Amino acid sequence: MAATDSGRGAAVAAAALAALLALASAALAGVLPEERADVLFHSYDGGGVTIQGPSLLVRKQFADKFSASANYYVDRVSSASIDVVTTASPYTEERTQYSVGFDYLHDSWLLSLGYTSSEENDYSAETFSIGVSQDFFGDLTTLSLGYSVGSDEVRRRGDSAFSAAVDRRQYRLGLSQILTRSLLLGFSFETITDEGFLNNPYRSVRFADEESVLGYSWEAEVYPRTRTSDAAAIRLRYYLPYRAALHAEYRAYTDTWDIGADTFELGYTHPLESGWTLEGRIRRYSQTAASFYRDLFPRSGFQNFMARDKELSTFDSTSFRLGASYDVLRGGWRFVERGSLNIAYDRIRFEYADFRDVRLGGPVGEEPLYTFDADVVQVYMSFWF
Amino acid sequence: MLRRMLGTAAASLLLAFGAGAEELSGPAPGFSLMSRSGELVSLEDLKGQVVMINFWATWCAPCRREMPHLEALHQRYSNLGFTLLGVNVDENTSGVEKFLKETPVSFEVLYDPANEVSALYDVVAMPSTVMVDRHGNLRYMHHGYQSGYEHEYQAQIRALLRE
Amino acid sequence: MTPMTPMTYGTGMLRAAGLALIAVLPLAAGCAIEPWVKPYERDRIADPIMSWDRDPVSSAYMHHVYEAREGARGATGSAGGGCGCN
Repeated sequence: MAATDSGRGAAVAAAALAALLALASAALAGVLPEERADVLFHSYDGGGVTIQGPSLLVRKQFADKFSASANYYVDRVSSASIDVVTTASPYTEERTQYSVGFDYLHDSWLLSLGYTSSEENDYSAETFSIGVSQDFFGDLTTLSLGYSVGSDEVRRRGDSAFSAAVDRRQYRLGLSQILTRSLLLGFSFETITDEGFLNNPYRSVRFADEESVLGYSWEAEVYPRTRTSDAAAIRLRYYLPYRAALHAEYRAYTDTWDIGADTFELGYTHPLESGWTLEGRIRRYSQTAASFYRDLFPRSGFQNFMARDKELSTFDSTSFRLGASYDVLRGGWRFVERGSLNIAYDRIRFEYADFRDVRLGGPVGEEPLYTFDADVVQVYMSFWF
Repeated sequence: MLRRMLGTAAASLLLAFGAGAEELSGPAPGFSLMSRSGELVSLEDLKGQVVMINFWATWCAPCRREMPHLEALHQRYSNLGFTLLGVNVDENTSGVEKFLKETPVSFEVLYDPANEVSALYDVVAMPSTVMVDRHGNLRYMHHGYQSGYEHEYQAQIRALLRE
Repeated sequence: MTPMTPMTYGTGMLRAAGLALIAVLPLAAGCAIEPWVKPYERDRIADPIMSWDRDPVSSAYMHHVYEAREGARGATGSAGGGCGCN
C-alpha cells in the first residue's frame, strides 16, 4: 500500500514532474539552467505516517549550449495512517525515483527533455517530458510550453496476479513577465488527463450496515477510469528596496471528478548582511469533495463510483514555514563558486469537513471529524560551480 | 597601400561577422565616469589609443566568466596603445568592491550606477563590449559573451592596433 | 451522479490558455516593442532572492508532499525573469 493514498498515480506523476521541473529549474531562455549540486534530507511526520529519505541533484553545463542533470530521490515510508489502521495493518516500504534531464540552448530558445522512473514494490511509473521556452520583448517576456506522457503499473501486494495500468498526459503553458525593475509576474496553466486504474487497490469505502457490530462495513472503492483536471495559477514576486523579496501566489483547480480547490500562498525572504537568509511562508489550501466521495454510504453498492479517500474529501490545509540558510564558500573553493547550508521547517494542519475519524467511535456517521498535523523538516546543502 | 587597405577591410568584415559582433561607425559618444580609484576618467582623454569598453555587472554570470579573459587581454596589450575600460552597471557599488576583492583586475573599472553611459551606447545585452579605434570612432560591438568570444576580441584589438 | 466526461469539460481552461497564447504570439512575431526594463537594469530581477525557484530540490519535495495528500495538481512552477544575459 502506498502512503500517498489514492490518486497515487497522480502523486507519483506529480513527484516525477516536480523532479523534472527541478531539473529544468526556472530555465531562463537565453541562459542555461545554473550548474549546481544539492544534497537534501527530508522528513515527514504526521497522521501516523513517517517518511524520510534523501534527494540528490547534479546539473552540469557543456559548451555553453547544453546542460545535463540527474536526480536521485528516495521515500522510506513507515505508515500507520488512519486508513491503514482502520482497514489493514501498519507497513513499511521504500520508493526510489531516478530522473535525468537535458537542455539545449539556441539563441533565446531553450529545449528541455526529461525522463523519470519511480519504483516501489507495488507501483512503477515512468514519465517522459519535453519543454520549450522562448524570450520576447527584450527578454522581458518568457513563454514556455511543456508536454509530459507517463505510464504506470499498479500492482497489489499479496496478489501477484493483479496488474493494472495508468496512462497520464500533462500539458503546460507558462507566461512570465517582468513588469518593472522590481516586479515579476507569472502565469501558468496545466491540464492533466489520467486514464486507467486510478484508485488504490487496498482502499475501501464505508457503508451503513445494521448487521455489522460496528454499524458499518467496508467494500472496495470504485473510481471512474478517467480524470481530467485544469489548474491555473498567478504569481508575483516583488523586490523590496532594502533587499528582501515578497511573493504571492494563487492557484485555481477543477477537474472532472468535481473537485474544486483554491490555493493561496504568501512568502517573505530576508537576506542579512552576515550571510544568513531567513524565509517565512504561509499557505492555505481549500478543497471541495469529489462528486462520488462520501464518508459513509447508505448501503452497499450505492452508486457506480464510490470513494472514501480523504484526499478527495472536503478539507482545508494550512501550513506555516520557516527557513534559514547560510552562505558558505563565498570566495569560492576550487571549482565551487559558492555554497549554502539550509534548513526548513513546515507545519501543516489538515482539517476535514466530511471525513470522520472512525477510531474515536461514536454514532455511525457522526464520529468526530478527522484532523491531523504534520511536521516536515528539510536539511540541505547546495553548491554552485 | 590599396592592398593594405583592402586587406584591412576584408579582415574587418571577417572580424565583424564573427560570433556576436556588429560593425559600427561614427564617433564614439563621449563620457566621463568615476573610477574605482576615485579619479574621473573621460573617453576623450584616451584618443590615440584603442579602447575596449566592456559593460558588466556582478549579477551577470556571463560577465563574471568573461573577466579573466579581459584581464589577460589588458595585461597583454596595455603597453602597446590599448586600454580596457570596465563599465560596471551595478545599482549598489559596494557589491562590486567585494567581487573585485575576490577576482582582482588590473584594468580601469568605472561606475555607471545611473546607467547613463549604458543608455548612451544603447546596450541591449549583458555583457556588451564596444571597440573604439585610435581616432575615437566606434568599430565593433559584441552582444553577450560565450566561450570563444575572447579570440574575436583579440583579433579585433590586433587589427585596430595595426592601423 | 456521474462525473462529466473529459471531452466536454477539460478543454475549457486549456482553451483559455490557448487564447492567451494566441494573443501573445503575433505580438512576439513582428512587433518591436522597446523593453522598458533595460538589460543593464536587471540587477534586482537577477538577484537570487527574486528567482522563482531558488531551491529546486526543496520545492520539488514540498510539491510532492502536498500533491500526495491533496486533490489538486499542476500549475506549480514558473519560468522567466533572471538576468536576461546573452
